[in-house]
Amino acid sequence: MGEAKRLLLMGNDAVARAALDAGVTLGTGYPGTPSTEILEEFGRIGGRAQWAPNEKVALEVGIGVAFAGSRVLVTMKHVGINVASDPLFTVAYTGVTGALVIISADDPEMHSSQNEQDNRNYSRAAGVPTLEPCDAQESYDMFLAAVEISERWGMPVILRMTTRVCHSKGVVQTRADIPAPQAPHFVRDIPARLMVPGYARPAHRRLRKKLAEIKAWNETAPFNQCFDGGAELGIITSGVSFLHAREAAPEASICKIGMCYPFPDEFIRAFSQKVKRCLVVEEGDPYLVENCRMNGIAVENKPEMFRFGELNVARVKRILAGDTSTEPTFPPGNPPKLCADCSHRTVSGVLAEKQCIVAGDIGCYTLGGLKPLEAMDSCVCMGASIGVGLGLRHALPKEEAKRVVSVIGDSTFVHSGITGLVDMVYNPPPTGHVVIIVDNGTTAMTGLQEHPGTGRTMSHKATGKLVFEDLARAVGIAKVHVIDPVAQKEQFDALLQASLDSEELVLIIARRLCSLGAPKLEAYEKASGRQ
Amino acid sequence: MDKVTNVVFAGLGGQGVLKVADILSDAAFSAGFDVKQSEVHGMSQRGGSVNSDVRFGARVWSPMVPLGEADFLVVTEPTQVDNNRHCLKEGGLLIDPSLFLGDDYDDIEDLNDDDDCPITLRNFNVAMLGALSAHLQFEDAVWEAAIKANLPAKAHAENLAVFAFGREKAQEQE
Repeated sequence: MGEAKRLLLMGNDAVARAALDAGVTLGTGYPGTPSTEILEEFGRIGGRAQWAPNEKVALEVGIGVAFAGSRVLVTMKHVGINVASDPLFTVAYTGVTGALVIISADDPEMHSSQNEQDNRNYSRAAGVPTLEPCDAQESYDMFLAAVEISERWGMPVILRMTTRVCHSKGVVQTRADIPAPQAPHFVRDIPARLMVPGYARPAHRRLRKKLAEIKAWNETAPFNQCFDGGAELGIITSGVSFLHAREAAPEASICKIGMCYPFPDEFIRAFSQKVKRCLVVEEGDPYLVENCRMNGIAVENKPEMFRFGELNVARVKRILAGDTSTEPTFPPGNPPKLCADCSHRTVSGVLAEKQCIVAGDIGCYTLGGLKPLEAMDSCVCMGASIGVGLGLRHALPKEEAKRVVSVIGDSTFVHSGITGLVDMVYNPPPTGHVVIIVDNGTTAMTGLQEHPGTGRTMSHKATGKLVFEDLARAVGIAKVHVIDPVAQKEQFDALLQASLDSEELVLIIARRLCSLGAPKLEAYEKASGRQ
Repeated sequence: MDKVTNVVFAGLGGQGVLKVADILSDAAFSAGFDVKQSEVHGMSQRGGSVNSDVRFGARVWSPMVPLGEADFLVVTEPTQVDNNRHCLKEGGLLIDPSLFLGDDYDDIEDLNDDDDCPITLRNFNVAMLGALSAHLQFEDAVWEAAIKANLPAKAHAENLAVFAFGREKAQEQE
């Protein structure tokens, strides 16, 4: 732990700094905007950070670290919580011995996501205490508070951030008085951690008891704050919406909720009784509204049109004025597009020319689905390309089924594609199937992160490498091809056609380094000493 | 000092828009202001539009410059002026590439071919920041430290020079 400093930090960097100052043993997660920089920064400033193949594995590793009595940081974007939700719901029952802090980085407005789910709903569903920072200073402070709460009650804690908290810089005062972590050690406690029905039933009761205690504590906790203004207007708010509201209505009284679950209803009730008009200003789902109303606190909800997208000062002013007129629109900026010499362009071009029905996935190559190529017919979630492709093959008439191709990136394949491949072998469609892994040797979309298929760690050192072609053959796919879709474009085209015609199970690995990252990636590989 | 100064930077991915926003934030922070900076990372690196909002003053609340309240709009790519003009407040100042290249200019690539001008495609962002600096009250040493803190040592001399060039150009225009 260093001395206290005053720094200008992005919210994500503030979390990394807090994790370092708190003596976190390990940081793990899966890259995803807007969460990615947390682990990168944690590693850069001296923490032990690693990328997991996906968020479920990251959380499971985190649970192990926390079972060992240590402090652990697990990071992911909002949709990553869906993947990690299986362990999440049950670690709430088992509890932890050390501190387990999970970052959920939500993306209202979908700047870089496939949906804008509001993960505060998970807090209540899983029974996991949740803090909502509004800026970089609170990201730092609340991470430390999350560690404290996690250790005090032996509970996982979620720090729910959003794009404008993750990616906004602000002034941060760090602390030098953080209690050191305990030394890691194993304490055997089978009834607490072995979730078979006989042990899980009392564990659920223990969870509810802990949540009741935390709720009582939260009623006077320091992160819930009232800012006294006039009695005319009271605003209940949380996260970055607090900042917009403070600026939009400096004259209003404000009740800022720092810990949104367990819900501090008494604190909010007392506030609501002091003002004439009581309005909730929150981004996304009416989480605070519904919790208020469930507790008999009469509050006004924002008009439904403001449920969509981010809030900002202008939109909060409209909410306050009850203005539901059409919002102004401005000329659109340039959308992202594939780099000029990107190999995904070539692959997309061939797929478009053959009029394939393409079950797609999440990565740069998803841009191939936009005009002019429009070479992708669906994108649902990480890894869905293979399952969706198989489903289409099972149901479509033969001539259409034969045109179905699943396209998935290398990092996405590691994340969630492997089980799809197993299903393909186990339940082959009558017309076979063709899967293309567009392998550019990096997690390009989120900023060139390493993954198990690159065989290099987060800090680009050589480590065990997942070889896709070996894996596919081991799974039972007989036809596995590796080809450079740019240098061998004609062969790629012919191979794809022959594969579609064959009605067999085929995996084509279209392998060519990301054009944007190639110089860096080649240098990493050379420095890793493997070549 | 009570009033918040709002600056919006806009351009395309790869132009260093976020870098100059970082430099301005660092400068404002060293000068003793509360600072907030907001941007969206991620898909913008695929050649899309990039924006960064920097706000500084005695106390800054929202990290985003409210609609139509930018004191300065700094646009590093001519095609990105129209889709960002609405950020500016009435009477706010637009700083765009025409400052260096005249009104009939539309191809930013020409920068590299002009030997009389120290500006290149790569340091153009810092020249634009220099132009902005002519309208802000930070001391030279604050700018110099912020530029050095955000760029590799080998690029310091070149960028300090092009920053000064941009600053003079803006002062001449006033």
